[in-house]
Amino acid sequence: MSRSVAHPSQLTDDWDVVDDPTLANVVLTNGARLYVDHAHPEYSSPEVTTPRDALLWDRAGELVMREAVRTLASSPPGVNLYKNNTDGKGASYGTHENYLMRRSTPFADIVRHLIPFFVARQVMCGSGRVGIGTDSQRPGYQIAQRSDFFEVEVGLETTLKRPIVNTRDEPHAVADKYRRLHVIIGDANHCDVAGLIKLGTTSLVLNLIEERAVTDDLSVRNPVATLQAVSHDPTCRQLVELADGRRLTAIQLLWLYLEMVQAHLEVTGEGGERHTAEVMRWWAEVLTSLERDPMSAAREVDWVAKLQVLQAYRDRERLDWNDPKLKAIDIQWSDVRPDKGLFNKLRAGGRFTELVTDDDVRYAVSSPPEDTRAYFRGRCLQRFPDNVVAASWDSLIVEIPGQRTLHRVPMMEPLRGTRASVGPLLEEAPRRGGADPRPGRHRRRRPAGWPPRCRAGAIGSAVVTRREPLGGSQRHTEGPPWPVRSRCAPRGVGATATSPRRTRAR
Amino acid sequence: MRPTRRGGDGDEPAQDAGQVSAHKQQLDADVDSVLDEIDGVLESNAEEFVRSFVQKGGQ
Repeated sequence: MSRSVAHPSQLTDDWDVVDDPTLANVVLTNGARLYVDHAHPEYSSPEVTTPRDALLWDRAGELVMREAVRTLASSPPGVNLYKNNTDGKGASYGTHENYLMRRSTPFADIVRHLIPFFVARQVMCGSGRVGIGTDSQRPGYQIAQRSDFFEVEVGLETTLKRPIVNTRDEPHAVADKYRRLHVIIGDANHCDVAGLIKLGTTSLVLNLIEERAVTDDLSVRNPVATLQAVSHDPTCRQLVELADGRRLTAIQLLWLYLEMVQAHLEVTGEGGERHTAEVMRWWAEVLTSLERDPMSAAREVDWVAKLQVLQAYRDRERLDWNDPKLKAIDIQWSDVRPDKGLFNKLRAGGRFTELVTDDDVRYAVSSPPEDTRAYFRGRCLQRFPDNVVAASWDSLIVEIPGQRTLHRVPMMEPLRGTRASVGPLLEEAPRRGGADPRPGRHRRRRPAGWPPRCRAGAIGSAVVTRREPLGGSQRHTEGPPWPVRSRCAPRGVGATATSPRRTRAR
Repeated sequence: MRPTRRGGDGDEPAQDAGQVSAHKQQLDADVDSVLDEIDGVLESNAEEFVRSFVQKGGQ
């Protein structure tokens, strides 16, 4: 095939990222961060305000990883990627959710009301796994990939002694106003509905906790053991024993949460908001299906879909649960490639309820959400790629032509920097870098549409060491949403200015 | 729409036996085609493939 007829996305040798294949930490034009975490690549989607957007930019991450596989395929031995959470041999790696919460909410309330929810939530959004036990010691199938790896109720760690509620709290925002709730217990989803309700129902329950509107204490006896027992029972009949002696299934427990949320929404009048209504509708729908017959949720819930296929395969081939063929199906289920990934093949066959279109997902690969600071981050990288020296969740460091110092733009308010507030400013600014047509300035050619623009890495506190006093520089009431000029660093100081591309992920 | 608890209301439309049987046949054909599709792309040496799938590190 000649280059002129190839789809632009295939001309990957034009990408800046290929200039430096060792680059291990980048920010994309969609506002996401892509980096190497321990031994695997990690995609952290941009900040969003709705579960639907969280789903969309998570799906975009699948395409980013697929593109990475395609790019690396040419250099032996090649690399392949899987969107799953365990290798079935004792190792697990998380799909973390992060929720911005009010600092004033007592953490004890979060712990008390979230643990029972997380014990039960897996029946709606687990991704299913062949093997019981961290090393798959016992043959069988279970609902969630992560559950066997949890050992304690609350704690700071994420790689050992994993806690149901994790206490890591780096809000990447005004810290006396916000806390980050770092949720490490969820599975990676492929099903849109499961992905939407995983994030949406958790957000609604957190809202209930923040508003002190939890009317029924559902504390569970022995939460860690119960979490695993629920995961090990794909019939969903396992009983959960509450501290007050009640015995309920996980589904019944979730109905109680749903009813509390519904009652609260009726009081506040927020139930009609379209994203809330969508989550409430799917939440009820999925619980109804699971209650009637778990297998009837095969179009919406990952673990059910996977079990249905595995069971059919077992029946046809008369296989035991420890047959390598079933384990191979489990792994290959989450292969990111469209032609090899079993989920992707089945999705192409229309076997799942889809909430977002392929076009939307492709758009989200290179474009940021419009209603958070991710818009500012992503658009700056897109329009001024050569001037952004470093980007983090809460700041941007830019080089302004003709000036001797670098400028740091703090972004401590996640809801500032939206399209509504900075869109016109960014659109009108003369474009720098990228496809600048000015004569005499050489620009690398970049394919239209696709490129997850990989430049200006260096995210995180290791780079941005001069943190502003909390919220201190953001009290401007007019002009740009934040001071264009903030603290300046002399050029050439620190790793950021001299070699941002070499900065390693933390 | 207001979500309501619907499990066990018994308001599912009743299907007659003929419909159920036709529906089941269609489902079976559907499942067969899915399994065939999986056979088409599944790694040929499942045992070796599973053995080589090892993750080092990770949260």
